[in-house]
Amino acid sequence: MPQHDVLVIGAGLAGQRAALAAAETGASVGIISKVHPVRSHSNAAQGGINAALDPQDSWESHAFDTVKGSDYLGDQDAIEIMCREAPHELLELEHLGVTFHRDERGRLGKRAFGGASAARTYYVADITGQAILHVLYEQLMKYEEVIRYEEWFSTALVQDDEGRIAGVVTRNIKDGSLELFAAKAVILATGGNGQIYDPTTNALICTGDGIAMAYRIGAPLMDMEMIQYHPTTLAGLGLLITEGARGEGAHLYNAQGERFMEKYAPNKMELASRDVVSRAEQTEINEGRGFPDGTVALDITVVPRKRIHEALREIVNVGRDFAGVDITREPIHIKPGNHYVMGGVKTDIHGQTPIPGLYAAGECACVSVHGGNRLGANSLLDTLVFGRRSGEHAAQAVSGMGMPEPSRSSLQDEDRTIQAIVNRDGTGRRVSELKAELGATMDKYVAVFRDEAGLNSALEIVRRLKDEAQNVAIDDKGSVFNQDVLGALELQFMLDNAEAIVISALERKESRGAHTRLDYPERNDEEWLKHINVAANGAEPELSYSPVTMTQWEPQERTY
Amino acid sequence: MADYTLKIRRFNPESGEPAYWADYDVDLPPERSVLDGILQVKDREDASIAIRCSCRAAICGSCGVRINGRSALACNTRIGEASELGRDGVITVEPMGNMPVVKDLVTDMEAVHWKKVRRVVPWLVPAEEPPEGQEYIVPAEAMLDVTQAMACIHCGVCVSACLSLEVDPDFIGPAALAKAYRFVGDPRDGEHEARLKDLAEDPHGIYDCTHCFACVEVCPKDVAPMNQIMRLRRKATGDYGIKDSNNGYGHEKAFTNILERWGTLHEAQLLPRSFGDGSLVKGQTRPSAIRQLVEALPTVIQGLKSGKVTPKKALVHPKLPDQKQVQRIFEEVESHDERIELNLYIIGEMAGEESE
Repeated sequence: MPQHDVLVIGAGLAGQRAALAAAETGASVGIISKVHPVRSHSNAAQGGINAALDPQDSWESHAFDTVKGSDYLGDQDAIEIMCREAPHELLELEHLGVTFHRDERGRLGKRAFGGASAARTYYVADITGQAILHVLYEQLMKYEEVIRYEEWFSTALVQDDEGRIAGVVTRNIKDGSLELFAAKAVILATGGNGQIYDPTTNALICTGDGIAMAYRIGAPLMDMEMIQYHPTTLAGLGLLITEGARGEGAHLYNAQGERFMEKYAPNKMELASRDVVSRAEQTEINEGRGFPDGTVALDITVVPRKRIHEALREIVNVGRDFAGVDITREPIHIKPGNHYVMGGVKTDIHGQTPIPGLYAAGECACVSVHGGNRLGANSLLDTLVFGRRSGEHAAQAVSGMGMPEPSRSSLQDEDRTIQAIVNRDGTGRRVSELKAELGATMDKYVAVFRDEAGLNSALEIVRRLKDEAQNVAIDDKGSVFNQDVLGALELQFMLDNAEAIVISALERKESRGAHTRLDYPERNDEEWLKHINVAANGAEPELSYSPVTMTQWEPQERTY
Repeated sequence: MADYTLKIRRFNPESGEPAYWADYDVDLPPERSVLDGILQVKDREDASIAIRCSCRAAICGSCGVRINGRSALACNTRIGEASELGRDGVITVEPMGNMPVVKDLVTDMEAVHWKKVRRVVPWLVPAEEPPEGQEYIVPAEAMLDVTQAMACIHCGVCVSACLSLEVDPDFIGPAALAKAYRFVGDPRDGEHEARLKDLAEDPHGIYDCTHCFACVEVCPKDVAPMNQIMRLRRKATGDYGIKDSNNGYGHEKAFTNILERWGTLHEAQLLPRSFGDGSLVKGQTRPSAIRQLVEALPTVIQGLKSGKVTPKKALVHPKLPDQKQVQRIFEEVESHDERIELNLYIIGEMAGEESE
């Protein structure tokens, strides 16, 4: 049985950062990922990472922008920590080798991003996430002490009799063997759940595995109703066009050639918060001022060509390869599309969940630093700051503790479950059909605009799909690289995520951040300035509330 | 919607059967990708087909395969275009080359690609301690310059297409050497010379590349790995004067000296000059050069046999009629203090086209 002081699940930015931080304290660390670490979805973070590094800027300004961006649902103590630690974290990455863009003096160069009162986004062209991910992986290759389990799929968290985390059950994708890992602490860093929506900017691997595994052992999920729709995604495929494009000066137009953001955010225009821009676009489209394909236009041609080549090259490629558009010469059609989940497994400022020994960091966690709406370029920061804090805290907390002995019955249970899936007769619906129905349902009823009737429809469908998922047809009966059986397991993870989102969205009877209820169009601080938690309590999910932590910023009206 | 046929190379290591081809029909608009086609087959017909894939946008580097024999990412190859290039419109899809196959379209990247990456000391070895409370100060151009190598997504497509790797499986290869340039071109790294010396001296290193351009043609991210290898060579020779035991240094010198003098390749002199650091006379008397000349005798004899080298050709090699023009190119290039390097992040796609 593999044993580690600290076991990290997921090897994107949060996971790798956590593993490195834990290893630096001398702890024995394992990192498990269902894909090779450099395939992780952190790759897709194009625009950059926020930090108030410039002496003209201040962490307080960054924190206020984040609080305002969150529509006052973010916890201000956590936001303060993130913004205070941002410059240090950024410099640490630079010292490790990230090739950040420089200005003419050779100092770190920055760009403007949405919802920010100063330009404080540091970047590597438009491959920032990829560059940081690869540099962290360089460090992992260097630290041979960190044991990497690449292409291992985790299926369940294991607790001891007292409820403390004791390990993880994981399937080696290469040969299908199931292994029980013992760990004194487990850090979930499994990313988001965008695949429950169709279309989405998220990669196929973003199926909310960690969120679901935590939910199943009773960890509360918080702010799950807060789903970010990114303002600039390609229609149909859902691929992302970075906010950096607008940061570099690109404009949005409706089909009548109007720069419509003038109506919705006269000061910040295209660089208002994402929820504001997405609502504006969706309003234009719904009211008939969009293009026939249900889009509006993003005009990047106003950005000088030299600047496009050095700062937006990836977008040139995406436009050319996936939309057949040369963005240096013509506008590209875009629409709001599923992008990010602000909610996740509830944690404190050290990444600890209420389950002893279980931590979460990055998109699968909810500290909550993003509240109702995440600012662009704050997600990389969140993964790194809270990834590091989780790794450090977990390693220190378990030093001197004995290695737990997780019960082998958990392994046998999981093995039976998987064998039952594999040996099933092909009578049920296909995984792909259920997934497609789920994606369309979520994008129809749990998107930019929501109402009670739609959310109830969504809940009904999700619950039916949960039943049907128990009996999906499986083609692949083999052990080696059986992606079919993994797809069936992921589908169940996704449905747990979807249920938590819809239940929370039904509960929040107001409009705040990314959650706009047509039947409750106003923000209601009296009743709803609080987090909604959902926890699986036996069969029926149970709702509860927790207060929003305020330090120095009282809620104000939110305009851009 | 159009109908396409995908001919997929199937292999199941558990079946005991050899690999085989299987045909599948898909209906998709022509602008959708070959990956979309494969996913449609998995969704509708046979979910047991194995292929790594995740982002669908040529960012994660998972879905490297060979399509109609050409190495590529399935997600950014349009199915309509692939069909036009396939025999009778049928699109063949098989796993990448130069790597063992795990199952169907999944290859063992770890055994080949990642092992080679780890060979090049793939992390920054800082020249000096990080400055307290601030970043290293480095020229903006230097960071842009290595961004092209940083754009590599480690998909393995160049490794699959590399002809040198086919002949010498120990060749460090295009992707890992591009990764090496990412450090050699980084002013913060303190091991430039040691890295270059290591990669020049390794018989499977930078001089093992045959300059065939295959990696440049197939790279989905325009990393142009071969260009990065050539830049490693230019730095090794031009900046550090590293004279390697593989004779890469001498060979390059011989090549340029011959071209400067005659304008075309004087094959009979290439070999002897390569052993003399570019000169026909100087350096030939070194014991190592004599030994290398003796070792090269079979090559010389083969050249004589095939008629590539004759006594007449060895003695007389015509200059180009306008050899002065060639010399002027040499003078122009050498008059610059710094080498002119082409980099997509600096000049963009339309190299040579007037910018607006």
